[in-house]
Amino acid sequence: MSEQPASSPVWRIEANADTYVLHLTGDWLSVALGADQGTVDAVASALVGLPGATVRTDAIGRWDTGLIVYLLQLRAAVAQGFVLDDTALSKPVARLLRLAEVGLAAPSPPMARPTVGWLARLGWVAIRGGREAIAVSDLLGSTLLRTGVGLTGRSQTRRGDVIALMRDAGAGALAIVAVVNFLVGGILAFVGAVQLERFGAEIFVANLVGVAVVREMAAIMTAIVLAGRTGGAYAAEIAAMQGAEEIDALAVLGVSIQDYLILPRVVALSTMMPLLYVYGCAFGLLGGLLVAVLTLDLSATSFVNQLIASVNADQFWIGLSKSVVFGLLIALAGCRLGLKAGRSASDVGRAATAAVVAGIVGVIAVDAVFALCANALGI
Amino acid sequence: MVTDAVDQARLTVEGMTLAFGKRVVQRDLSFSVQPGSIFAVMGESGCGKSTVLKALIGLITPTAGRRVVAGENYDAAAPARRREIGRDFGVLFQNGALWSSLTVAENVALPLQMFTSLRPSAIDALVRVKLALVGLAPVGDRMPAELSGGMRKRAGLARALALDPGCLFLDEPSAGLDPITAKRMDDLILELRDGLGATIVIVSHELPSLFAICDDGIFLDAKTHSAIAHGAPRDLRDGCDHPTVRAFMTRALPPTEVLQENGHGGL
Repeated sequence: MSEQPASSPVWRIEANADTYVLHLTGDWLSVALGADQGTVDAVASALVGLPGATVRTDAIGRWDTGLIVYLLQLRAAVAQGFVLDDTALSKPVARLLRLAEVGLAAPSPPMARPTVGWLARLGWVAIRGGREAIAVSDLLGSTLLRTGVGLTGRSQTRRGDVIALMRDAGAGALAIVAVVNFLVGGILAFVGAVQLERFGAEIFVANLVGVAVVREMAAIMTAIVLAGRTGGAYAAEIAAMQGAEEIDALAVLGVSIQDYLILPRVVALSTMMPLLYVYGCAFGLLGGLLVAVLTLDLSATSFVNQLIASVNADQFWIGLSKSVVFGLLIALAGCRLGLKAGRSASDVGRAATAAVVAGIVGVIAVDAVFALCANALGI
Repeated sequence: MVTDAVDQARLTVEGMTLAFGKRVVQRDLSFSVQPGSIFAVMGESGCGKSTVLKALIGLITPTAGRRVVAGENYDAAAPARRREIGRDFGVLFQNGALWSSLTVAENVALPLQMFTSLRPSAIDALVRVKLALVGLAPVGDRMPAELSGGMRKRAGLARALALDPGCLFLDEPSAGLDPITAKRMDDLILELRDGLGATIVIVSHELPSLFAICDDGIFLDAKTHSAIAHGAPRDLRDGCDHPTVRAFMTRALPPTEVLQENGHGGL
């Protein structure tokens, strides 16, 4: 490598009779030129008042595209009517300069990004929101319809895919679901114990833990884990498939995206979610039991007895039905946001993020709806 | 020891073997690239052309042999020195490999922002000229996803030129382009070589491009995992007797496959 330090760019103007020559010597590298605009200004002011000048680079040292930038800037800086003759440039410089000039002279295509007022932007948000609502309803409806067809075995869904997805979403999440629910159960017992101890009502910790875990926390915590773990993965995978034209390849074959991609995911999550919910319940209650027994003066038997008395079947069915809906919601959000994504790497990331956010927010919102309905029904 | 011949070459490879685990990609490669020349790495699909390119630019470490860059042993250099040497390399990846979250102009500007202390206005001016050189000045503020395949390659080339590298590596610069766009790409590569005086290594199997622009080259064989011919593509076309090279250069099937076809209609 040529490692000798760059010498500084040198210029001088030579006058012969009534013609002027601008000699460039030394190294003209972008590193040096970019550092000071002064050279361009100095040469430009030295040329003021002259009719024109020929640029010569015969004795130039090292140079790169910085020289081209410099020559273009110089031409722009000198006064109108001044002729900067570049015909005497050495051949490589002249070639590159011409190439750059041709490129710069190319007409700009009209940019299709007109400025939009806030009213129009609001309108677009509304229209896009409406379209998105239609698309989501369409997805939901057709998924439900195709599930019916799938049950009769006439869809293009492959059983192997469904089982692999179930394994990933279900068995793959066992450890994290257990840990999260165990800790939440334990935390509830701690918080409850501190408060209830003051009234001498320690035994009611079992009620608190039981109802909270079975009715709310097991379903929500499991759903949040799966939204982050599986929903995001679905969105990223489908978005990446979009980018690699895999979705187009399926569509051309006449394979229904609905059957091949969405249905297996929806089925996998909405079947695994209730199972994981039951499993999460068990660990949540276990966590509560352990903390209650260790911190309070309670025996395991009395805790379990109180638990059985306080948690009725209704609580369990509410939690279980919620978990099915959460699974459906997370899978649909992941698939929809993946299909909607653009084709670049950053779009994949955005789709995954959006799917996780939509999954978590959706789960909490649906849970609130459930709470309102249960309240109205008096369950 | 670095000999004089190696010293003068821009890039020399001596006895380089590339392997992934036990699978040998290419064995015992030796060649040198002269300054200011356009060097072709040729061969059938799957013969390891792109792997050789990745080894040349330092993304892959050969299992044997050494690489000498402008007289300096690259394999003996410290990691920091390797990165410095690598900064004199401009690489156009097969599909452009533009950073999709940046505009075309930002793609070209990023290396300048990272590795020079130029003012933003100077960077802007340089980026504009670089985009102009590849004919993309008007589309600098577009995102890579909004470009056609040919434009993406040219944008990748502009980014490869960002730091005014002494050595350009182009992976399939004209593959997947229509003949006219491919011809423009060839002309552009010649212009850049003549204008900037850069040394260019091209990985390609586009015959017209190879014949038109390359001064020297190496032919890699997929079956023997070694180089079977050295020389400029047009000389290999006119004078090489190796059946695989002949078949490649004339776009004919190798004799062995032709016999099978005549006998029992192939598969």
